[in-house]
Amino acid sequence: MDAIAVEGLVKRFGTFVAVDGISFAVPEGSVFGLLGANGAGKSTAIRMLCGLLEPSSGRASVAGIDVAADPEGVKRSIGYMSQRFSLYEDLTVIENIRFFAGLYAISRRKVETEAERVLALIGLAGREGSLAGELPGGFKQRLALGCALLHAPKVLFLDEPTAGVDPLARRRFWDIIYEVADSGSTVLVTTHYLDEAEYCATVTLMHAGRIVAKGSPAGLKAERFPGAMLEVDCDRPAEAIAALAADGRIEEASLFGSRLHAALAPGLGDREDAEETVRAALAAAGFAVRSVERIPPSLEDVFIRVISESAKGGPL
Amino acid sequence: MNGRVGALVRKEFRHISRDPGTLGALLVVPLFLLAMFGWAISLDVNDVPLLVRDLDHTAESRALTAAFFSSGRFSRMDDGRDAGEALDSGRAAATLELPRGFARSLGRGETAAVQVLVDGSDATRAATVIGYVEGIVMRFGAERITLKAAKAGVALPSALDTRPRVLFNQDLRSVNNLVPGLVAIILIISAVISTALAVVREKELGSMEQLVVSPVESWELVAGKTLPYATIGLISAALVLGAGFLLFGVTVKGSILELAFMTTLFVFACLSLGILISTAAPTQQVAFLASAMLTLLPTFLLSGFVFPIRNMPPIIQAITWLFPTKYYIEILQALLLKGVGIGSYWRSALALLVYALAAASIASVRFARSRGR
Ligand SMILES: Nc1ncnc2c1ncn2[C@@H]1O[C@H](COP(=O)(O)OP(=O)(O)OP(=O)(O)O)[C@@H](O)[C@H]1O
Ligand SMILES: [Mg+2]
Repeated sequence: MDAIAVEGLVKRFGTFVAVDGISFAVPEGSVFGLLGANGAGKSTAIRMLCGLLEPSSGRASVAGIDVAADPEGVKRSIGYMSQRFSLYEDLTVIENIRFFAGLYAISRRKVETEAERVLALIGLAGREGSLAGELPGGFKQRLALGCALLHAPKVLFLDEPTAGVDPLARRRFWDIIYEVADSGSTVLVTTHYLDEAEYCATVTLMHAGRIVAKGSPAGLKAERFPGAMLEVDCDRPAEAIAALAADGRIEEASLFGSRLHAALAPGLGDREDAEETVRAALAAAGFAVRSVERIPPSLEDVFIRVISESAKGGPL
Repeated sequence: MNGRVGALVRKEFRHISRDPGTLGALLVVPLFLLAMFGWAISLDVNDVPLLVRDLDHTAESRALTAAFFSSGRFSRMDDGRDAGEALDSGRAAATLELPRGFARSLGRGETAAVQVLVDGSDATRAATVIGYVEGIVMRFGAERITLKAAKAGVALPSALDTRPRVLFNQDLRSVNNLVPGLVAIILIISAVISTALAVVREKELGSMEQLVVSPVESWELVAGKTLPYATIGLISAALVLGAGFLLFGVTVKGSILELAFMTTLFVFACLSLGILISTAAPTQQVAFLASAMLTLLPTFLLSGFVFPIRNMPPIIQAITWLFPTKYYIEILQALLLKGVGIGSYWRSALALLVYALAAASIASVRFARSRGR
């Protein structure tokens, strides 16, 4: 059974449609990523799933419970880490944990063992007495995660849990997410970081309230970039994009740092001389090419393509 | 106590204990205000330097002089100097002159004149001193009459002409009158302002959403937020009453039970107002401003700290009807100062009850609706 099932979910604020009929399903025990730019509607979607916001229309069930019919039932089976929240900074680690244990009415006897389990999981054992406000950012976020895990929720919603922390801390955080999923919980996580999306079993890209792409990271890449993807290092890369776009064999080119990513039209990419094709095209236009390498497309490539296609009203 | 409410209450007390500012504002500032205003008021009405010129030198004249000093309000200056000079130089604040023949006039049942001069440069102080003088002289006169009546073996004339009037402190400023106002201010600060701030802080922090997504119910959240501040408010009010007694001898003349009951009712009204404000205020700043304007300011005006209530412009007096403080202060004055029971203040109690119920219903509807948004 799916831990989360969403069908045609809509949220309107007045005339503004924040979430515009999204549908997806998340199998039990998997990690599901919800991606999208600022204002795409991710938080709004999560808040409907948590029973915080009433959907305008559509259906959603979480852990087998209908969100609109029994929001209180949903609340008991989920953990939620909201985008803005990072604990009570004037309370210590263990006080924060005990407080949330109290909210979920975890019995006194069980609190200490649960606290120990969670502290070990989030790697904060031995720091029980530190004030939450004095912890480094990454630790704070892990503590917030720990507090959301105390009652062993079936489904865990994490809204941009790693915003603003360093890459190492993000990595550590994702290790914990995996452990949680391995223990059987389902995790829905939103993020801005596309490298993090690679860790998810399934990712969904939201844009202006709609889902514009959905699948496994590998599947999405294969689907959107059947042709090869080349990374080009040349001079005047911004102008080179225009030159490549004019060449019919290049489907799309975009700038990544000082380099170009060029996607070749399907069919062409399989040929051994794809690199030569690009090199020749650029040389003909008068650009000095330093290197051309075949690379696997990143999710970023995928999403840039998807968003620009949906902006053009192209196929989704 | 319900486990979830317990968790919320413990957490709130932790916040309070880690924030010296809050605790100071709630517990120390009221005592400070009481001490400061209390002493400022009681200092200028005690130990009034009084110069006595007793030209009569009789037992009667000495008795009246003694009555002045045994009141504790006056301190004695050397006799005999020039009264005008003593007043002008400020060494004496009042002079008492007993003319020759004072005892004789009294003995004949005539009106005996005494002259009292009071330094009028501080009008408030002068009015207070005149009040003292009148009180002492009047009591002295009454005692004489009783004495004479007993000697003559006649019944005391039933209608001794004593018109009731405010003898001491005619503008009602005194420590006695400060205490009710101060108690109301304390309760307003902790029950309205602190509560509103505590709820809005969770909204600002984003933790409100975290609370709402837990299985905590609305009433539990409200109870967890309000009980700590109600407790602190009541403790602080008790401290002020205790300090009022220890420092200034202010006692609760009426029933303590009624006082506790009425105070609980007022606190309930205040907490409802606090929650109501928290549902409308997006930030702590707005919450503070709103609660200060809507509750603290009127309370301050009504407390008698700034000006006596009866001297307030009618428009302000009318506005005060809109706030629960007015009713509570009336009740406090009845219970603390007059020592009368519910029979005499039931109108205020009823108004307070209606106010509390109305505020609580609006607050609970709005709170349930605004949760998490
Ligand atoms: N309560 C509300 N009333 C009106 N509009 C809202 C409300 N909540 C969100 N919106 C709007 O809905 C849109 C989607 O917001 P949402 O917070 O879901 O985006 P998001 O994808 O989470 O963005 P971010 O990455 O910035 O967190 C935004 O344009 C936002 O302004
Ligand atoms: Mg968001």
